[in-house]
Amino acid sequence: MPIILDKVSHIYGEDTAMAVRALDNISLVIPDGQFIGLIGHTGSGKSTLVQHLNGLMKATSGAVYFNGEDIDSEGFDKKKLRSKVGLVFQYPEHQLFETDVFSDVCFGPKNLGLTKKETELRAYAALKLVGLEDAYFYQSPFDLSGGQKRRVAIAGVLAMKPEVLVLDEPTAGLDPKGRDEILDQIAALKRETGITVLLVSHSMEDVAKYVDRIIVMNKGRVMYDDEPREVFKQYHELEAVGLAAPQVTYIMKELREHGYDVGDEVTTIEEAKQEILAYFRER
Amino acid sequence: MGIIKVRDLVYEYIRRDEEGNVEGITTAVDDVDLDIEQGDFVAVLGHNGSGKSTLAKHLNAILYPSEGTVWVDGKDTKEEKYVWDIRQTAGMVFQNPDNQIIGQIVEEDVGFGPENMGVPTKEIWERVEESLKAVGMYQFRKFSPNKLSGGQKQRVSIAGVIAMHPKCIVLDEPTAMLDPKGRKEVLRAVRALNDVEHITVILITHYMEEVIYADKVYVMDQGKVAIQGTPREVFSEVEKLKELRLDVPQVTLLAYELAKEGLRMPKGVLTNREFREALDQCRR
Repeated sequence: MPIILDKVSHIYGEDTAMAVRALDNISLVIPDGQFIGLIGHTGSGKSTLVQHLNGLMKATSGAVYFNGEDIDSEGFDKKKLRSKVGLVFQYPEHQLFETDVFSDVCFGPKNLGLTKKETELRAYAALKLVGLEDAYFYQSPFDLSGGQKRRVAIAGVLAMKPEVLVLDEPTAGLDPKGRDEILDQIAALKRETGITVLLVSHSMEDVAKYVDRIIVMNKGRVMYDDEPREVFKQYHELEAVGLAAPQVTYIMKELREHGYDVGDEVTTIEEAKQEILAYFRER
Repeated sequence: MGIIKVRDLVYEYIRRDEEGNVEGITTAVDDVDLDIEQGDFVAVLGHNGSGKSTLAKHLNAILYPSEGTVWVDGKDTKEEKYVWDIRQTAGMVFQNPDNQIIGQIVEEDVGFGPENMGVPTKEIWERVEESLKAVGMYQFRKFSPNKLSGGQKQRVSIAGVIAMHPKCIVLDEPTAMLDPKGRKEVLRAVRALNDVEHITVILITHYMEEVIYADKVYVMDQGKVAIQGTPREVFSEVEKLKELRLDVPQVTLLAYELAKEGLRMPKGVLTNREFREALDQCRR
């Protein structure tokens, strides 16, 4: 179910001397089934934006529509919205609290008022989706590794069967393998279930590798909203706002500046490899 | 003896269940030797749980060895009388900038360390000024820390450590929570401290591209040093690093992938320029 933001602004501390405009007239459409990357420097408004998507924060002006309905209209079921738009916060493992992994994942669906059987089926399916093995189900979540804990936390949100999954820096603090595992799992999840995924990230390399659309935030506004290769072409502008292109984009720039006829739309290692091999074949 | 010397270091802790019964013993650091000279820039890599943070906490006497010895500037960290000397010699910066800043104003925060050491007031201000200048944060000295970006806060944390005039600074994933610009700022500040002030730097990180400037890299796995060498030597071992749940910089990986396709690219390429020059050779 699509989410539409219509001229959304959010001002912290409105009517005070310290008012800060965190979101400035944002209009966006998030259709079903996209894998979207949301990037922007610290303080650009990313986290404020994602908290509007499931009604945790209320727009100062403008409106958010979920499946055509204004989420702030009277009688709108916000509880249901929050199960449909699942938010995974930064360092979600800090929110684990149950004595074993399985109970922790059951907590969300149980609170939706589902039967015990349905709750457990959902928890099981969610843990399978994040690739956690059965052997861990009855362990304390606190005995798991960082990457495993994070998967349990994501499973807790997936067990609510969201249609939109928002992840705020899901790989911060993980080692490279743990990072790849989590992101591969999310990509597989998206392929298998058709869920919409919005990934907030500081890693340009990760965003380039996985998403089909990038939204760049700066000073509470949407600066770019396009395919990765189009966005990363603007690396000068991105650098000016505290971001960058993936490293591999700069490698290709170095080559082009020294007379190599290679494309300027490369954002992943695989693309770069094919570009360079093609260059050598054609000589 | 170098600024830091570690011999046969083992650190074990006892795991207990909820009732307090002993479940087992975990060896977090297992027989590690390190030799770090004054002025070195050393990087430590390793997957989550490999023991790198536990090792780091031995370098300023937050943890003591179960077996073996750690000397910081010639002082054995197990000797209680040296604890304050050692913590002043080897300062530490952690991952989350919000957990390390206590002052209401940047310059007060930076002055906190020297003030606690009993440095005379006039000298505190001198130290605050030079430390903030060293990390490029002097113009923010009157700011409230909560008005700063993550990279700026982390540089204030580093200034707070430098104001204590350490010989050595240990940074445990200082850039993990920062955006690309913040990462760049912090890394630039750290490199300047090393190049200009000759402070010994020990940088623990998950970002492979931050390691290429180091003099020496240690890669940890299961509490042991699995690989050690220059960045070029370490990043030549692409397969082995992947087995250890790590990675190499994108430029190194691209060269490696092209070599697999038959281009004559050397191992351990570290910069875009090296990459291009290697490709020039292939083109001839």
